Amino acid sequence: MYQYDEIDQKLVDERVAQFRDQTRRFLSGKLSEDDFRPLRLRNGLYIQRYAPMLRVAIPYGQLSSRQLHALAHIARTWDRGYGHFSTRQNIQFNWPRLEEVPDILAELATVQMHAIQTSGNSFRNITTDHFAGVARDEIVDSLVWCELLRQWSTFHPEFSYLPRKFKIAVSGATADRAAVFLHDIGLQALRDASGNIGFRVSVGGGMGRTPLVGHVFQEFLPWQHLFTYLDAVLRVYNRYGRRDNIHKARIKILVKERTPERFRKEVEVEWAHLKGGPSTLTEEAVRRVEERFTRPVYAQLPGDDPDHAARLASEPGFAAWAKRNVHPHKVPGYAAVTLSLKKTGVPPGDITADQMDTVADLADTYSQGEVRVSHEQNLILADVRQSDLHVVWQKAKALGFATPNIGLITNIIACPGGDFCSLANAKSIPVAEAIQRRFDDLDYVHDIGELDLNISGCMNSCGHHHVGHIGILGVDKNGEEWYQISIGGNQGLTRPGAPAGVGKVIGPSFAQGDIPDVIEKLIGVYLEQRESEVERFIDVVWRIGAEPFKKRVYGDHHQRQERRNRSLAAA
Amino acid sequence: MAIIIKDRNVVTDPWQRLEAAAGGNFPAELPAGDIIVPLGLWQSRREALLARPGRVGVWLDSHEEPGLIAGDLRHFEVVAVNFPKFGDGRGFSIGRLLRERYGWKGELRAVGDIIRDHLLFLSNCGFNSFALRDGEDPQEALAGFTVFSESYQSSVDRPLPLFRRRQASAS
Repeated sequence: MYQYDEIDQKLVDERVAQFRDQTRRFLSGKLSEDDFRPLRLRNGLYIQRYAPMLRVAIPYGQLSSRQLHALAHIARTWDRGYGHFSTRQNIQFNWPRLEEVPDILAELATVQMHAIQTSGNSFRNITTDHFAGVARDEIVDSLVWCELLRQWSTFHPEFSYLPRKFKIAVSGATADRAAVFLHDIGLQALRDASGNIGFRVSVGGGMGRTPLVGHVFQEFLPWQHLFTYLDAVLRVYNRYGRRDNIHKARIKILVKERTPERFRKEVEVEWAHLKGGPSTLTEEAVRRVEERFTRPVYAQLPGDDPDHAARLASEPGFAAWAKRNVHPHKVPGYAAVTLSLKKTGVPPGDITADQMDTVADLADTYSQGEVRVSHEQNLILADVRQSDLHVVWQKAKALGFATPNIGLITNIIACPGGDFCSLANAKSIPVAEAIQRRFDDLDYVHDIGELDLNISGCMNSCGHHHVGHIGILGVDKNGEEWYQISIGGNQGLTRPGAPAGVGKVIGPSFAQGDIPDVIEKLIGVYLEQRESEVERFIDVVWRIGAEPFKKRVYGDHHQRQERRNRSLAAA
Repeated sequence: MAIIIKDRNVVTDPWQRLEAAAGGNFPAELPAGDIIVPLGLWQSRREALLARPGRVGVWLDSHEEPGLIAGDLRHFEVVAVNFPKFGDGRGFSIGRLLRERYGWKGELRAVGDIIRDHLLFLSNCGFNSFALRDGEDPQEALAGFTVFSESYQSSVDRPLPLFRRRQASAS
């Protein structure tokens, strides 16, 4: 993990002092609500349905056990004893008191953490592959680049008041586990024939109200130019992005309105002035950040652990867990483990303070004292010896974090939804739970195979519904909560030939109680149509199209027409 | 006369900033004294503005192109950029462009919805004078310049980004 130096620490401490002063001015009436709002937002502080919500940054999803203990302490002291991991690899506390937030930030600063730019119209937390540094298909370790970008994007004097929020994701592996094409800027690290590092830069992707896949602006941007090129993209956006309509203010809209070709040319013109300037990265700068990362120390192991293989053969429960929740590691004899925060009956991504402490202890004992947060809202122990997997499994079971459902239908991504969020049109958590209850037979769930099911309570799409193989979106119809269902979305090139894509809505929306039936019908079509178990739900949607699914859910064309006529006549 | 912050001091401001009337028209009669005029007035009354005895400055609104005055900078004593709303960050880029691309060395003033929480980043982007929003206490606002002691990025007042300064101090 990256270790702050004196300046990193000082900036975070100064931010605490600044926010303490801003809060004091607000509470004493010197700063109006309108003035305080953008200031508190850039510290991750929302005023929510019941209480303020504080979003704490977990840069590129990396946590030390010490930091996780600190989060547990915060949850106990200033909140109601739990937290919620978000799809931006951050953690949210739902019940802090406004006047105590400066104290929470001060506590965070003691463990090199903060809430800087976790909301507001500025750069948000940089996200990356949760297997960065340990993945077998790694091309470049993205963590170093994420930290460089964290520094570049923190308190950027020119780009702190952008038209809208700005999200950057970095992938350093062959499989894109960071959904880079669905970000304002996506960076895919690559190596050229001589091994030099560069980035494929995509611009203008995103979810939200207008989901779009990003456009490639640079196929191979040599690393030295990373900051100057991004400065050029951001300057064009900052100057010309729409500020008259919040729903049209993201960079993707500007790229679309100007056309990607024209926008790209404008960036090139701007870049010509900046390229080679002082922000050009140097080898020394990269090495310096690299050296401030503590690295796991691995034992020299001969290869796969024979006892582990034997246990897999003899214990089906363990094998089922290992199949879904254990992932290959680049170092022989090691594995990465996902702790599933998707147990039926628990809101996806939620964790209690006691669980945080236990996970931190697990990390200390079995995974080099580090934990990662995935954008799928689970926790990862990235460096577990294969010989320890069995005991980690048992301990995870005791925690309720061993549901063997990673990559499966019950590993639902969901935002906090209408239960907490003041933006939401509809609830998410009860919908997730109803689906998990319907699909409670593990053998059935495993038979269905890989399937991403994502739920958002509103168009802001914090639950990534656009890229779910099945996506569910809460909508408001005359004050009632309804749900739109889409199929065919895909978060990124997780396997060859399966690019990122946005799902398509299958038809009119449903009442909450109907959702499990509808999902079951969609799964029914898939199971009938698949050619083999290798063919996933999403592959079948791509192969046969949406029509057979629509037909099962809504009836055939004739029946749909009849229904439409009836409802028109009734109106 | 109004009070402004200039070069981190609270001073009285000799300048009068003209705005277009509600209909978008400019006054037929130019006032006496030192005036900062909107870009449109500069473009339409350039000769008259240069012929009058007082000094002249120009101000750009946040949507206006700084390139339009790049060739005229020698005529101005001050260039101002308007921030119509707190969150409208276009002026930060305009400031940098005026300083770094068009070489403006004189007074660069931020006007409009400016409060103390903006001052540091504005000065990083090249602004050295600030007409705060009505009701802001300039003396108290001075604290806004020292909120952060460092910045990672290249800026107008410190062109070398932190990683290069670290490098220089290490060698």
